[in-house]
Order: sequence, then structure tokens, then C-alpha cells
Amino acid sequence: MIELQNISIEFRTKDQVIRAVDQASLHIGTGEVFGIVGASGAGKSSLLRTINLLERPSAGRVRLDGRDITDLKGAALRRERQKTGLIFQHFNLMHTRTVFDNVAFALRVAGKQAAEIAAHVPEILDLVGLSDKVQVYPSQLSGGQKQRVGIARAIANHPAVLLCDEPTSALDLETSGAILELLKEINRRLGITIVLISHEMSVIKTICDRVAVMDQGRIVEQGDVYDIFARPEHPFTRQLVDRTFNLDLPERLTANLQGTLLKILFLGERAEHPLLSEAALRFGISVNILHGKIEYINNRAIGLLVALLGELQECSTHAAHITEPLTGRIAAAVDFIRQGSARVEVLHA
Amino acid sequence: MPSEWASLTADLVHAFGETFLMVGISGFFAIVGGLPLGFLLFIAERRLFWDNKAAYATGSVTVNIIRSIPFVILLVLLLPFTQFVLGTTIGPAAATVPLSVAAIAFYARLVEAALCEVDPGIIEAAQAFGASPLRIVATVLFPEALAGFLRALTVTLISLIGYSAMAGIVGGGGVGDLAIRFGYYRYQTDVLIVTVIALVILVQLVQTLGDRLAKHADKKGV
Repeated sequence: MIELQNISIEFRTKDQVIRAVDQASLHIGTGEVFGIVGASGAGKSSLLRTINLLERPSAGRVRLDGRDITDLKGAALRRERQKTGLIFQHFNLMHTRTVFDNVAFALRVAGKQAAEIAAHVPEILDLVGLSDKVQVYPSQLSGGQKQRVGIARAIANHPAVLLCDEPTSALDLETSGAILELLKEINRRLGITIVLISHEMSVIKTICDRVAVMDQGRIVEQGDVYDIFARPEHPFTRQLVDRTFNLDLPERLTANLQGTLLKILFLGERAEHPLLSEAALRFGISVNILHGKIEYINNRAIGLLVALLGELQECSTHAAHITEPLTGRIAAAVDFIRQGSARVEVLHA
Repeated sequence: MPSEWASLTADLVHAFGETFLMVGISGFFAIVGGLPLGFLLFIAERRLFWDNKAAYATGSVTVNIIRSIPFVILLVLLLPFTQFVLGTTIGPAAATVPLSVAAIAFYARLVEAALCEVDPGIIEAAQAFGASPLRIVATVLFPEALAGFLRALTVTLISLIGYSAMAGIVGGGGVGDLAIRFGYYRYQTDVLIVTVIALVILVQLVQTLGDRLAKHADKKGV
């Protein structure tokens, strides 16, 4: 469906050339919800805009449905753009037009007749849940409602692709959720391919099937959202995932640690196995769970635990046979846990 | 001295007529000439759909030159041009030529500034939906900047009322000229005060009307 091949975007300033996007390649399938995540300034916005050539790549090719559109200009380019919708972080609605006229604008551009527009606009506004705001001006709407108008305008021409530039970053948490829900519904009901950029992994996690991670103009990692969350490879991705899980311990706990601190990752049904209690019994150690979380991504579970392994406070009778020193037992327990889980990271030994 | 007041009233009415003529005609040219020039400056500089540094530089420098010349001097400098256009250099009509030139340059800059106030995101959105340059100018930029254009026009008209006072140099007449001739040269302070009050009222009216129209065009704050 969408194929970006070795896209580079350079900006020339007086004395240097800034590479906003560096040899990025993506392949996005029909009907997919594809996310691009990265810090601000990572080049994701520029990369997104190459798909409708609002940003012209300095090098590389853009293909839609197998057609190379990279060199399109003028009227041909404008016709191509009518097949792609775009929504923005700050909505970008025309202030001087009503909701109806903002949506109708996209249809007029596509050369639709007045009668058709009059019939079609209320339908789309109904779809995005704004049927009672037809004749209202944008300044009278809330952020979430403005974004709904933006979405209505973007899908008015039945585009094959909907590009979303940080669609929820200017909205509060609850409204964000509702907008993401709406986008998902549009993807399901109308079969529109969605490409969404965000700086928040939580947005990607909620809506995307696949994701590409961008750092300093490069795509450092891409794949299934679940896999990226479960096994982030690149340091930047790890940092993003860690921040999403937010398993930081309060300083009170980390300042004076006695024992070995582990971060344990469980995937899928393995999360159900009583691994930690077994380790505690078998090696005669204490297991103290300090933090934990289970996330569901595309209905699959990822469990993360932060646990402290240490000496049992009072040597109970059934562990009396254990003669090995504590360090050895803990090392054996770590090995045991490692075999029974997806990944173990020693945070402190 | 009722006869004196009667003649002053007649003079005032006549002078207002001349002022309206000069400001009206040059205001008309400000719109007809300044609006397109302002769009040209904006579009050429922003490189929206017409990348032309030369056009921007030429337009910008011309506007700057006109605007940096004090109006009295522009009036004199343009005498040959006025002669060429109208066949005369005397009278209110002759004064409208330099007034129009100044007004076009003045208004063009203000139009450009008003266009810069339009959220670039709105223009980007229109481009993203495949709108043609002409459509963007006519149905996006123009309505979105209309309130700004009206405010700019108000400022321009008021400046023109001020400039038209200097039209007396070429025998242009007008309220300002009346104030200078009677109030200043003939030491008739009462005439000076009356004309000044009349000018203050005129400017107030123009400003109030302009504000109303601009507010009506501006849906942002509804």
C-alpha cells in the first residue's frame, strides 16, 4: 500500500545541511494501523508528510499502491492528495467557517456538486459524533470536538490512507482515548489505512498494529507493537518502553538495597506460572515484590515485575537443609527465574 | 459674526468633500493595488506555491522605498508622473496620484502582515487536501485574513486623512489644508480648533466602522 524507500530529507541552512530524515524505509500494508514513534525533532513529522508529498524527499521514492508518486507535480499531485487524509495536532480548522463548511471544503476541492456535499457532510459528521454541531464555528468547540471535525474533513473524500500527526497530543487523557477509539473504528469500519505519529508509546500501544521507532532521523527499529514492547532492541526503544511501563522505584527503596534487584519480564501464558514462590522455596531466599504491572497489547499480556531477592529473615525449619552461602543461592535463583521467564535484568546486585 | 461662521461652514463642507474625494480614490487604489501586492509579497516569501525570491525582493524593496520617503517629498517627486497621468499637477485629483502610490505601498505591507497572521497549519491543511493555489488564496487565505485586511484598511484610511493635509501643497484642498491655511497662516485659532474637532470626529467614525466590520468578519472570538 504505502512504500517509503530510502527516504532522506535535508534542510539547508546558511552553513550546514541538516538531515531531518536519514534513509528511512517503511512498508505499510492495506488496512493497517501503523505507528511512528520518536522524540520531537526525530524527523517523524517530516517522514509522515512525504506520504502526501507535503514534504518532498531529497532522496528516495514514495510509492502508493505500487505507483511511484515521488515526482508528481501540480494538478496530478493535487489529485493524488485528495486520496489521502491528514489530521493535525492542532486541528488546523478554518476559524471563519462553520463545522459544515470546514468538512465541505475537502469535498469542494475534490470537485463534488453542492447537492452531494449537502447530503454527504451530515453523514460524516454523524459518523464522528458531531451531528448536533453542524452550523457551529470551531471556536465554540472543545479540543476533542475540533479533532472530530478534523477527522470528518480528512475522511470526507473516502481516502485510502489517513495520516495522523500527533492527533491526541493537544488533548487531555480521556478525550485522547475517545479520539483513538474513533480512529480505530474508522480503520475497522471503512478499511482506511492509518499512519499515526506520536511521541507517546501509550498511544501506539492503544491503537497500532505495527510501529517504527525513529531516533535522530533514522528508523532504529520496527515491527509488531507487541514484539517491540516485549523485546525492545535499540537503547532508545528500551528507554521509551521503560518510560511507558514506568517501573521506577522511589528513592527510599533504592537508596539502601539489601540483596539482588531483578526486573523480570513475563510474556503470554508464562505469566501464570508461580515462578517466584517456587524460587523462594527451592533456594531458601526471600522474594520481595516492589513493583509490577501487566499490560495487554492487542489482547496479549506483558507482565513486568521488580523483585528483590535476599536472605530470609528467620531461618525457617524446612529451609534448614540449605547450607550453601547466600550469594550462591541467589545466583542459582536468578538462573532459575531466567529459565522460567522471558527476560531477567539485574538492576542491582 | 454669523456670516463668518456661515462661510466657515461652507468652507468646511467643501473641504470635507475634497478630503473624501482624495481619501476615497486613494483608498480604492490601496485595495485594488495593495491587496494583490500584499498577497504577492506573502506568497513569494513564504514559498507556498510560487517560489520566487526575485519577485519578493523587487516588491519588498519598492514598497520600502516608497514608504521611507516622507509624503511631502513623495508628492513633489511624483509631480512629473502626475502630470503624465492626469495632464495637470494641481487640484484634489492631482493629489490622489501620490496619495494612491503611498496608500498602495502602505496597505500592501499591512496585507502581508495580516496574511502572516493566518495559521500556517490551516494553509497546510488546505494543501494536504489537494486545494489549488487559486482556491487557497480565494477560499482560505482571503476569508481567514479578512478581519486583518479590514483593520489594515482602517489604519490606511486614517493615515490617508493625515497625508491629505499635505495635499494643499499642490492645491489639493481638504480639511487638513483648511486647518493649515486659516488656522496657521491666518492665525484664526477658532477655525483651527473647529477643523481639528471635525477631523477627530471623522477619524473616530472611520475607526469605529472599521472595528465593527473587522469584528463581524472575525469569527474566532464568537
